[in-house]
Parts: sequence; structure tokens; C-alpha cells
Amino acid sequence: MLTKKDIQHIADLARLDLTEEELDKYGEQLTRILGYIDQLQEVNTDGVEPAAAATGENVWREDEVSEWDEGEVKEAVGEAPETEEGQVKVKRVL
Amino acid sequence: MKLNELTIKEAGEKLQSKEITSVELTRDCLARIKAVDDKIRACLTVCEEEAIAAAEEADRRIARGESGAFLGIPYLAKDNIMTRGVKTTAASKILADYTAPFDATVIEKLKKAGAVLLGKTNLDEFAHGASTENSAFGPTHNPWDLDRVPGGSSGGSAAAVAADMCLFALGTDTGGSIRHPAAFCGVAGLKPSYGRVSRFGLIAMTSSTDVPGPLAKTAEDAELVLKVIAGRDKKDPTTVDPKKAPARSVLSLSGLKIGLPKEYFIDGLEKDVKDIIEGAKKRFAELGARLVEVELPHTKYAVPVYYIITPSEISSNLARFDGIRYGLSVSEATGLREIYAQSRGRGFGPEAKRRIMLGTYALSAGYFDAYYLKAQKVRAKIREELDRVLDTVDCLLTPATPHAAFKIGAQSDDPLKMYLEDIFMAGPSLAGLPALVIPAGLADNLPVGLQLVGRRFDEKTILDIGRIYEEAEGRTIKKELDL
Repeated sequence: MLTKKDIQHIADLARLDLTEEELDKYGEQLTRILGYIDQLQEVNTDGVEPAAAATGENVWREDEVSEWDEGEVKEAVGEAPETEEGQVKVKRVL
Repeated sequence: MKLNELTIKEAGEKLQSKEITSVELTRDCLARIKAVDDKIRACLTVCEEEAIAAAEEADRRIARGESGAFLGIPYLAKDNIMTRGVKTTAASKILADYTAPFDATVIEKLKKAGAVLLGKTNLDEFAHGASTENSAFGPTHNPWDLDRVPGGSSGGSAAAVAADMCLFALGTDTGGSIRHPAAFCGVAGLKPSYGRVSRFGLIAMTSSTDVPGPLAKTAEDAELVLKVIAGRDKKDPTTVDPKKAPARSVLSLSGLKIGLPKEYFIDGLEKDVKDIIEGAKKRFAELGARLVEVELPHTKYAVPVYYIITPSEISSNLARFDGIRYGLSVSEATGLREIYAQSRGRGFGPEAKRRIMLGTYALSAGYFDAYYLKAQKVRAKIREELDRVLDTVDCLLTPATPHAAFKIGAQSDDPLKMYLEDIFMAGPSLAGLPALVIPAGLADNLPVGLQLVGRRFDEKTILDIGRIYEEAEGRTIKKELDL
């Protein structure tokens, strides 16, 4: 059973403001869902390699900066609530 | 017959022979949307002006002698697929006013082919759901019965195709989101193999299973759409080379071996659905296919695995909605952390929050091995088991859903019950296999679908089988919508 304190801790990790009502509701619902999911413990997975992705292959590429349409760049930056000189502005971190 | 009722194939022939124009076809679709969509609510955005302009351009291209199956064909796209200059909301308050600065690869490919974008369709917020009730902008109604859900999460796209608002629509499928509403609305829905179609420009949900695909009026049309949108894309490194596709065509069902996984024919299957699927099995046998029972004992673990993997990837993918770069931002928040938490708390709906919480928990220190790692191991077993069985048969035949469309509101307070909607669809998604849903019949005037699951990268076989079945049955179900 997840306590209200557990739920508050998860919400903090997820950077999610929840109301009192939501904290209660998610506590109850998550406990029920996890109870259902617990049946996975009965599967024998000794020696099984975990699946990474559906195709199971890694694809590599060089990490290079490439040209991008200038109009699209402006539109992308323009979606931010606050900008200054073409850059996204944020509140102080420290 | 109104032009909007045509299939892609039929309309394409009429456009090429200049019997009709794309502007006429597009106007009929727009008129249909205007006439019925205040009842169905399939569309979140209709871009009439842009659509007419695109149709005029297609007509000019045809007049210049250009040809192509999609030149002048009007379609709708699910609103979690980026469209430059046309709003993309993911049916979330957090993106209510967002306009993408670029087109998704699938949109770009359709644009090049001359298809006409009519607008964007409703979905469960961020594609989280199986009823389209989780949309922040209200539910979509099933055209067969307006009191019922269209399924989900691509419910707007399925309802729009069923009601002939467009010739086809794009959806996305993560654990059933194309196939489930296709079954509830009585249309064809194809989930391509993972990696067959580029995910670039989709609003990411579960990156290891997400795949865009068509909702169409026939399996044949679904194949046409797949041909245009598939292919390797350097912007999505998980896409594969087309040469991985077996090219052979199935011309008849005789000699084909179709597997019936006994775990899919369970007690929870409603009698009406069971009877219709039994009828379809008989029909496949009459057409020459050999039906054999197969065993997939890990089937029952697919939904529990899915509801660890999916929320885990969601909690990470939705971390980008932070109130800083785009989307809803709570301006009165005092610090950076407050902006994050308040924007997300206010912007996300209940199901998105539930999944973020579940995923954050499953990935958190002390629980990772018990949940995420365990789920990935069971997933490997599910995939191995499906691959092994598909080595012995040409495809699997299963029911699409345990029941037909349910009433709006009937299960919205029970998240676990809603998760079980994907019981027949989560397995193929976790394994990255292609799967096609087509209508198999009507139960009390509600569509019931069957699902064909193919080998990895072999969409061709299930599409051919679907087409042969549809041709034999004559479009399978007769549509009499009271709109």
C-alpha cells in the first residue's frame, strides 16, 4: 500500500504539483494497478536478457551540428514564454 | 454517391482520369465534416483554407500530367503528429496553443505525394487511453452510436474515417491505439512493424513501441498509405531499410497456415464477439486457409508488462513539458522548480499524471529491478514466444477486442479496466510486430473487428490476407449511420 507520503515523494521526483484530492486518489489507484502488475513476479526469468527495444539493435551516428531551416528555428524559439535576443530565458537556478 | 465516401483507390482513378477534381473531393469532405462533426467531434482543427489551396495545387499537378496514388487525396491526421503551421495539441491543455515549427516525416511524405491535409483529429491526451474520453477537449462520439466511445486513442481518426469525413486518416499505435478504435468504428487499421515508419515528429509516448499508421476504409487502402509513409529516415535511427520487407504477394488463401492462439479465445470474450470471430474463422477456412491452434502462454503478462514499460517511458518523455520552452507556463511561479511543478500540475490531465506517477515510481531507486527490469525480461519472453510461433504459421488470427464499443462514461472511473482494453493488442506491440484490424461483422449494429498479426516487417502478408477476406465478404459490414 502506497502511503500519502510515498505519493508525495513520487510527485516531487516527477516535478508534479498535486492537490490533496489527487494525492489520495493516486495512492489508491496506483496501489491497485501495482497489485495487478505484481503477477509478473511469478514468471521465471532466470538467465533472460532484458529486451531493450522492439528491434533490439543499436544504431550509431556522429554527434554533429547540422544546418536547420532558419524560419523553423525562429518559430521553435518563439514558442517559449520568455525569450531574449533569440534565446530562451529562465528564472535563476541558484 | 458523395465523393467523400470513395476509397483512396476509387478516388485516385477518378482524379487521374479527370472525372473529378481534388477541389470537388476536398469540398465534399469539408461539407461532411461541417454536417456531422458537431455530433461526432472527431476533429480538433479543420484547416479549410490550407486544404483548398493544397487541393488546387494537386489539380494543377494533375493537369500538368503528374500521376500518383495520393495526388489530391484528402486526409486527417491525429493531433499528436506535428504539422507545420497547423496547431498540434496532443489533446492536452499543456499544448492547447502549440504550433509545430516543422512537419513530421509522415506528413512531409504525404505532402510530397500531393495528399491534402483537412485537419487534425481528437485523441486521448498524449494518446493515453482506449476511449478518447481522456481528451482535454471532450470525448469523440462513435458514429455507429453517438452514446458510445469510438475506442482509442486514435478515436477521432477512426470515427472520421467511419463517417466518411476523409478518405483516410493517420493514427499512432503504441499498444493498440490504431487497432482498438478501428475495431470499435468498423474500419481498417494497420499498426506497422516497429521501425517500418518514421516516428520523427510524433509527440513521443513510448519510444520503444510507438509507430504511426493508417486508418482506412479497406485493407487495400491501408496498404497504399503504408507504401507512401514507410521507409528509412535518418531522423529516426530505429527505422529499417525497406529491403527487410519480404516482397512476395499472397494471391489466394489456399495453402496458408493461420495460427489461432488459444489464450486469445478466453472466457472474458463476449458471446456476440466470439460468434462473429467463429464465423470469420469458418470463412477463412472456406477460402482455403488451414487454421491451426497455437499456444502463447505468456499472453496474460502482456498488459502488466505494458503498464510498466509504457508509464516508465512516458515519465521520461513527458519530462520535456516543463513550462520553459513551449506549452503552458505558469507565469506567477516564483522559482524554476515551481514553474516546472505548477505548469505540469495544471497542464496535464488525470491519466497523463497517473502514468507519469506510475513510471516515476517504477524507475525510482530501489524499485527499478523489481518492476522495469523484470518487465523488460518478461517482454523478451513474449517476443521470443511470438517469433517462435510465427515461424510455424503465416500469421495469427485473433479477436481485436473482447467486446464492441462501450457507453461513454461506463468505465472512465476504473483505470485498470481501461488498461485491459488492450489485452489482445499489447503483445504484438511489445514484440514490434505488424498487426491489422478489419471489420468482421456487426453485433447489435456495432462493429466487431478481427486482428491479423504478422511476422516482423511482413505487413504484406496480413494486408493481402485482409484484402482477400474483404473482397470475398464484400466490404464485410454494411454501414447505415444515423447522423
